[in-house]
Parts: sequence; C-alpha cells; structure tokens
Amino acid sequence: MAAIDPPAVPAIARSEPDRLRALGEELWKDKPGLIGFLVIVGIVLISIFAPLVAPYDPAAQSVIGRLKPPVWQPGGAWDHLLGTDQLGRDILSRLIHGARTSLLVGVSVVALAGAFGVTVGLFAGFRGGRTDAFLMRLVDIQVAFPGLLLILLIVAVIGPSMGTMIVVLALTNWMIYARVVRGIVLSVRQTPYVEAAEMIGCPQTRVIFRHILPNLTSPLLTLGILEFTNIVLAEAALSFLGLGVQPPATSWGLDVSTGKDYIFVAWWLVTFPGLCISITVLSINLFANWLRVTTDPQEREKRFARAKAAERRREERRAGVRQVTE
Amino acid sequence: MGRFILRRLGQGFLVVLGVSLVVFVAMRVFGDPAKVMLPLSATAEQRAEFEHLIGLDRPLPEQFVSFIGDLATLDFGESLWQRRPAMDVVFERLPNTLMLIGAGLGLAVLLALPLGALAALRPGGFVDRVTVIGGLVGLSTPQFWLGLLLIMLFAVNLKILPTSGFGGIKYLVLPALTMALPSLARMVLLVRSQVIDELNQQYVRTARAKGLRFHQVLFGHALRNTLIPFITLAGWEVISALAGYTVVVESVFAWPGLGLTAIQAIQRNDLFLLQAIVFTVAIGIVLINITLDVVYKLIDPRIRIA
Repeated sequence: MAAIDPPAVPAIARSEPDRLRALGEELWKDKPGLIGFLVIVGIVLISIFAPLVAPYDPAAQSVIGRLKPPVWQPGGAWDHLLGTDQLGRDILSRLIHGARTSLLVGVSVVALAGAFGVTVGLFAGFRGGRTDAFLMRLVDIQVAFPGLLLILLIVAVIGPSMGTMIVVLALTNWMIYARVVRGIVLSVRQTPYVEAAEMIGCPQTRVIFRHILPNLTSPLLTLGILEFTNIVLAEAALSFLGLGVQPPATSWGLDVSTGKDYIFVAWWLVTFPGLCISITVLSINLFANWLRVTTDPQEREKRFARAKAAERRREERRAGVRQVTE
Repeated sequence: MGRFILRRLGQGFLVVLGVSLVVFVAMRVFGDPAKVMLPLSATAEQRAEFEHLIGLDRPLPEQFVSFIGDLATLDFGESLWQRRPAMDVVFERLPNTLMLIGAGLGLAVLLALPLGALAALRPGGFVDRVTVIGGLVGLSTPQFWLGLLLIMLFAVNLKILPTSGFGGIKYLVLPALTMALPSLARMVLLVRSQVIDELNQQYVRTARAKGLRFHQVLFGHALRNTLIPFITLAGWEVISALAGYTVVVESVFAWPGLGLTAIQAIQRNDLFLLQAIVFTVAIGIVLINITLDVVYKLIDPRIRIA
C-alpha cells in the first residue's frame, strides 16, 4: 500500500497558485506594469477605507482657514498637507473621498455596459442570420451617434445626478463589447473542437459556457480595463461641466471645476485633483498595456520575434565591427 | 460607387432617425420640457399655453410625427435664450468649432507621423521609450485639466498668451494645443506599433535585399501601409471631437463654438437650441463617415465596399 507513488503531475496541468506565481514573476519583470498595478491597488485600498484614511471630513468648512497653500509653500501648515480650498475644506481629504466616486462610477458603468454588450454579442454571434444582422446594424447606428453631446442633452433633460450619469454612460458605451464578443464567437464557432462538442451532443448552454466563454476572458479583461479608464475620464469631464456628480458629493472633476475660478491665486485647487485623475488613468494604462501583451499569444510571439531580431542585429553589428578591425 | 454612396446615405438616414428617437424619448417621455424651460414662477395657464404652443398636449405618436417633420425642414424652433431661430445660432457658431478642430487635429496629424516613425526605427531605444511614455501620459491626462494647466503656465505665470476668449491667432494657440495632445498621443502610439510591425515583415527584407535603400522601404512601403489604420483613427478623432470633446475644450477657454453654446444652452434651459446642435452634429458625423469610406476606397483598391 505505502509503496504506491503519487501520480506525477503533468507540467501542463499546473495548479492555480503556480500559474498566479508565474504571472506575478512576469509582472515583476515589467517595471512600468508593476508600478501601475501597485498604484491601482493603493488607490483601491484608500478609497475603500476613505473615512479612516482621510484626516478631515471632506465637507467640513472653515471660514478662517480658506485657501491655505500646501505645506511646502510659505503660509502652509502641517495640519493641511495639500492646503485648503475656497471654503476651507481639506484638499487631501477631498481627494481621498473623490477616489471613491471615480472607482464607483467606473466599476458600475463597466459592469452594466459590459453585461449588456456581452449578452448582445453572444446572442448575435450565436443566432447568426437575421438576428445578427439586426443587432449589428443597431450597434453600427449607435456607434455613429454624437456620444457626448447626446449624453449632455439627456442629462440636462432628466437632471444631473450620479445615478443618471452611470446609466447614461452605460447606455452609450455597450456597443464595443458586443462587437468584440460577436467577432470572437463567430471565429471560435468555426473551430473543430466546438464543432466536435456540438456533434457529440453537448447542449448549447454547455457549448457556450464551457467552450466559447473561456476564449472571451482575456480580450474582455483587457477591454474592460481600458474602458474603465475611458469612463473615469468621462466621469471627470461630466462632473467638470457640472453635469455629473453634484455637490455636496465629491469628485475629482468637480473639484477641478470649482478650483478653476481661483487659478490666479491658488494653483493647488486645480492641480491636485487633476493629477489624481491622471495618475489613476496612467497606472491603469500601464498595467493594461502589460496585461494585453502578456495574455495575447500573438503579442507574445511578436515580442519574442522582436527580441530575437534585436539580438541578431547586435550580433551582426559585432561581426561587422570585427571585420572592419581585421 | 454611386450605389455605394446611396447605401451609406440610407444608413446615415437611419442614424439621424435613431438620434431623433432618442432625443424625442428623452425630452418628451422621460423629461418635461415645460418644467425645464419655464421659470419656476410660471402659472398653470402659462404652462398650458406653452405646452399647447409646442404641442405637448397632443398624443405622443402625433407629437413624434410632427417632431420628425420639423427636423426634415430643419426647423428646430426658436432659441429661448437668443430669441432667434436655433439654426441661425448653430450656423453662426459652427465655423469656430471647425476652426478649433482643424487647428488641433491638423497639428496632431502633422506631428504624429514623423514622431511615430522615428520611435519605430529603434524599438526599445531612448526615443522610443520617451515616445511611448509620453503617449501614455497624453492618453491619461484629462483634457480640461491640461487646458487649465496650460492657462496657468502661459497666461497666468508667463503672461504671453491670453487666458481665454476669441480673437486673433493668439487666442487659438492654447485651445488648439489642448485639442491636439490626446489625439496626438493616440496617433503616435498607433503609427509606432504599425511601423514596427511592418518593418518586421518579410517583404522589408526582400526589398532591402534587392537593393532598395532603407528610407525608400520606410516611406514607400512601411509608412504607406500604416496609412489606412492611421486614417481610420484620424477620422475617429474628428468624429469624437465633433461629437462632444470640443465641449470641454471650448468651455475651458470660453471659445465661442458649438460646444460652449451647448453648455450655455443647458445652463439657460434652452432645449431647442441644444437639440439643434445635437442634430447638426449627427448629420455632420454621417457625412464624415461617408467621406472616410470613399477615401479608403481611393487609397486602397483592395477594399471592396459592400
């Protein structure tokens, strides 16, 4: 009994933790991607624990402490690290709470638009024929809509609020998911293994969830992350225009907009919230860039070919130099 | 070609119809124009009179038909704010927006091709790294913030350019730069990755082997092949600028174009004017899309247009 060895695990069937570790090692090698990832994790943690991290209530006003500069400027003090705004509210606390708005809007819009778009794409790709033609025509038409202007009109009519903004942004951003998903479904359906699965009598739900959906994870993940950055920027722009988040709620875009009347006297009002938006979006872009290259086999191959080509060029150059010197 | 353009016009008609349906539903079903457009102090009689005037007291289908009829004749009603037909205001402001888009995107296109190609010559080299990081930073900077930073630097601190407004070329510099930068970032990244891919293709080696100079291959083949995706992106940039990105830039710089007018119309509850702007832009987008398809066909005869 005791002599039976445990069966050897084939290298392909590596366990989940191993794969995660391999992924982590690759991320470690790509420094910009790593920095992006760490900053995102930091921002997520800060926004989750915002009330604990923020030194002040973001809405607490103080008439005496108005327009205090950041601590390193003459007149700045340690009790307000990044200074105060025109109502004496602590900028740092507002930034910390503003992160919540950006993430909340971004995540909800991507989830809503993604769920709808993926469903439409799956449906169109599967049904084919008239359903597909109709749905894709709908997508084509809506893609040609004047997006932001239409959003402005709808928000102006219904009245601005965070909920309105989320719904309207989701309604105007679902099309890209549908297109991507439909394209992949169409091409995967042609592959022999899906045909085989259908042939041996797998129910359609099994074919969809077992054989086709896994192909969608990587492209959808990258797409979702990139769309997230677009939504964060769109939320900031709408709030800046006064058609998104309404006071007393906080948002980075809203803070830039209130600060713009004070650019002659207080540069920090506009600079810091904008910087937050920029850093957030940049970190996500850096991470997404790494993720796209890492999860796409074609991109991996390209990267490999490029590295090889560079190596060969170096070799040639060295050989050339040797010839000249000889 | 003629049949193709007709087909695309038909599609464009559907787009405009779709936009009008959305606007109609938003304005008449979910929203209440009477509530938005009339002052709070309006009496019930004034309200009823206003509703009768713009036909709100009729059944919805009938309203929709007359709504479409008004659109077909480009009759968008009178701007409450300016007290003249909304279309007059639109035509007055449209050239300013086109000027801004032209200057901004023109700048982006002119810079993107050389910068992207230069970066692609040595992938991973110094120029390439600076370009990629610069491109990602450009992608990640909110336009309104960029505009305000430029104002703080050039107008408040250096005092060499005006903060905002409309006038000579001096007033165009900062808005055009703000307009250009995000587009430039997207374009440079696209040109760079396309040219890198092209230069790694086998035909490049063949061309070099038969004696073509490197710059001949670069300009004659590699850059030429990136032209189609580049034009697609440039067209998308024009469309998305027209579709609303100018709103942000114009409102930062108080540039009197369609975007700023849209914001002012919202602030003054002037829904008719807003609606006129949305439709003008929708029609503009349809026309640009058709032009782009024709341009593709002219550049690359392989593209078959169904």
